Amino acid sequence: MEKICMSQKRIDEIKAVCKEHGNDPGELINVLHTVQGKLGYLPKEVQELIAMELAIPAAKVYGVVTFYSFFTMRPKGKYPISVCMGTACYVRGAEKVLDEFRRQLGIEVGETTADGLFSLDSLRCVGACGLAPVVTVGQKVFGRLTPSNVKEIVEEFRRMEEA
Amino acid sequence: MAQFSNYILVCGGTGCRASHSEHIITALRKELDEAGLSDQVQVIRTGCFGFCEQGPIVKTVPDNTFYVSVKPEDAGEIVREHLVKGRKVERLLYVAPDTGKHVADSRHMDFYKPQVRIALRNCGFIDPENINEYIARDGYAALGKVLEMQPEEVIKEIMDSGLRGRGGGGFPTGLKWKITREVQADQKYVVCNADEGDPGAFMDRSILEGDPHSIIEAMAVNGYCTGASRGMIYIRAEYPLAIHRLEVAIAQAREYGLLGDDILGTGFSFDIEIRYGAGAFVCGEETALIHSMEGKRGEPSVKPPFPSESGYKGYPTNVNNVETYANIPPIILRGAQWFSSIGTEKSKGTKVFALAGKVNNVGLIEVPMGTTLREVIFDIGGGIKNGKRFKAVQTGGPSGGCLTEKHLDTPIDYDNLLASGSMMGSGGMIVMDEDDCMVSVAKFYLEFTVEESCGKCTPCRIGNKRLLEILDRITKGKGCEEDLTELRNLAGVIRDTSLCALGQTAPNPVLSTMDNFWEEYVAHVRDKSCPAHQCRDLMSYVIDPKSCKGCSLCSRVCPANAIGGVLKQPYSIDQAACIKCGTCMDKCKFGAIGVR
Repeated sequence: MEKICMSQKRIDEIKAVCKEHGNDPGELINVLHTVQGKLGYLPKEVQELIAMELAIPAAKVYGVVTFYSFFTMRPKGKYPISVCMGTACYVRGAEKVLDEFRRQLGIEVGETTADGLFSLDSLRCVGACGLAPVVTVGQKVFGRLTPSNVKEIVEEFRRMEEA
Repeated sequence: MAQFSNYILVCGGTGCRASHSEHIITALRKELDEAGLSDQVQVIRTGCFGFCEQGPIVKTVPDNTFYVSVKPEDAGEIVREHLVKGRKVERLLYVAPDTGKHVADSRHMDFYKPQVRIALRNCGFIDPENINEYIARDGYAALGKVLEMQPEEVIKEIMDSGLRGRGGGGFPTGLKWKITREVQADQKYVVCNADEGDPGAFMDRSILEGDPHSIIEAMAVNGYCTGASRGMIYIRAEYPLAIHRLEVAIAQAREYGLLGDDILGTGFSFDIEIRYGAGAFVCGEETALIHSMEGKRGEPSVKPPFPSESGYKGYPTNVNNVETYANIPPIILRGAQWFSSIGTEKSKGTKVFALAGKVNNVGLIEVPMGTTLREVIFDIGGGIKNGKRFKAVQTGGPSGGCLTEKHLDTPIDYDNLLASGSMMGSGGMIVMDEDDCMVSVAKFYLEFTVEESCGKCTPCRIGNKRLLEILDRITKGKGCEEDLTELRNLAGVIRDTSLCALGQTAPNPVLSTMDNFWEEYVAHVRDKSCPAHQCRDLMSYVIDPKSCKGCSLCSRVCPANAIGGVLKQPYSIDQAACIKCGTCMDKCKFGAIGVR
């Protein structure tokens, strides 16, 4: 196994989370939720540490992390953009909105912009189908969008960053 | 304590919150304070009213005035006009589309009139974070009643009611409880499946957000009947508000002695914990859900053994869906006979549907089984948006199929939907109009199942991928007629040989669109054209120089800068730069832009 290269503080933090869950392999998903909540993502070395603490193979942790779409091995942008691709949004044009975000940001779904500001994802149903198509940026929800609104939204967050 | 004479209910569901309903609550409270009314009028944050299209919704009680599309700036007028002067704020009332008249009382709206609310009985009526409001509406009375009955009697009542699983399977609920009860074990589990993953369905979330105690109560009833002392709610981590309300509700129920040891002094002990899903559609399948709760990859396993016999950690586990549980307390209180008097011969009670897509009234509705699709889409749903023509309605999510004009008068129940080539599923209902390409819709669902396939069995993992590749080819104009035969053959094999329901039903969207829209498939492969003008590789936008006035609007809204021209002269589209988003056509005031 590769040498773990994290600060001692972070290592202790992750160990504490595992301990809170009784180092029980059955609690793996809850452990991953808590750790991702703290770090924002679950890189390889974090998964290896969790595997050691719960006394299970690292492959098992990796298997679980990659199985569930909620877990990510890459850090998200400061403003994570999620385009709802639920059916209601899809039939009201979500795909065109997503394409326009791709174009404006120059990244693909699952990627983060070089400046670390934006990441782009699609998700399945926010449940705000009355506002379809819906896009969330962090906690903010934008509804009834068309491709022509996209540039404006990206610029709004860029301006916020500059201010 | 203040004695309130009036109440203002504000929708605190996810949809309305996205349209700033929290700010409306703050603004109303501030205005009431300023008007000196805060000890007479109480503002209550409720669960979802269901009429999401018109949100945010604000309702005043006791006079039942229903305000729609309210903005935080409207709070002052509502307080000054409605509460101080007793005059309704007309401009915020719902306008009936057929008569053009204002309708103040929701009970008189076409959207609500045909509905019968059993599972949604408390959504939009009570503050979900206040257990006293639930109790005031007969909450926990069913649990109290059950604890004085024999478990067998209760199970018989559920069996007699004819309630079937609302998560999609349609398995008789009472029978499931009976099997779990009859298995001998020193520990049993009660699980609530709240892993609502069907894109476009949000009934479970709305129930959990609007009436969390009803689920807790029903799970305790189930625990008493099956002999389980532990309950678990498996919920999507993507539902933060529902999780929060459940946590509040569980804590309150414990405080009131309705969860925990020796409930109501009867010696029955039961407690509930929340387990988080992590975004995997297949975890809605009960064996996959149990594996996920055990901290593993959510892969399904072969049944039998059924979870009722051997589930969580090998113990008997009763898994029911949120909506199924929500029906339990009313059945106990009002009796099996009352419940079975609603619905059709083999499907009793009501069903909640998330009505969405190209329909005027998007929202959450609950209707008796046996209501026709026409009533749902045209009466409650108010017909198709922008006066377009109805083309299809998709029910059952990625496992279901598309139904057409000829199915509109079919009464909706489990068996009729199956016979029509679709299924009930969890109750998503997506309406499509003439602009939707059915090949693309099939492809959309296949993309979903391919992404969500757990990969355990070959037909689902590889077969669906091949199906998607063929569909992709067809939508790009590279398909041939043999592809259609291949689609059908492969779909049949996947349906017959996959391990779990996800794989077995994955070809349904393809098969049902092929059955009902064969000519559209043929047009794609033979004529290389998309009749609905949706497939980008088979269409282009063009400006008609005769109708174009040269106003430049299209050029300004084009996100790709693909439209150029000189003011007051016809503009033109650079086809190489055009991203085919359609914004220009939507914005053109002269109808000068068309598709070819």
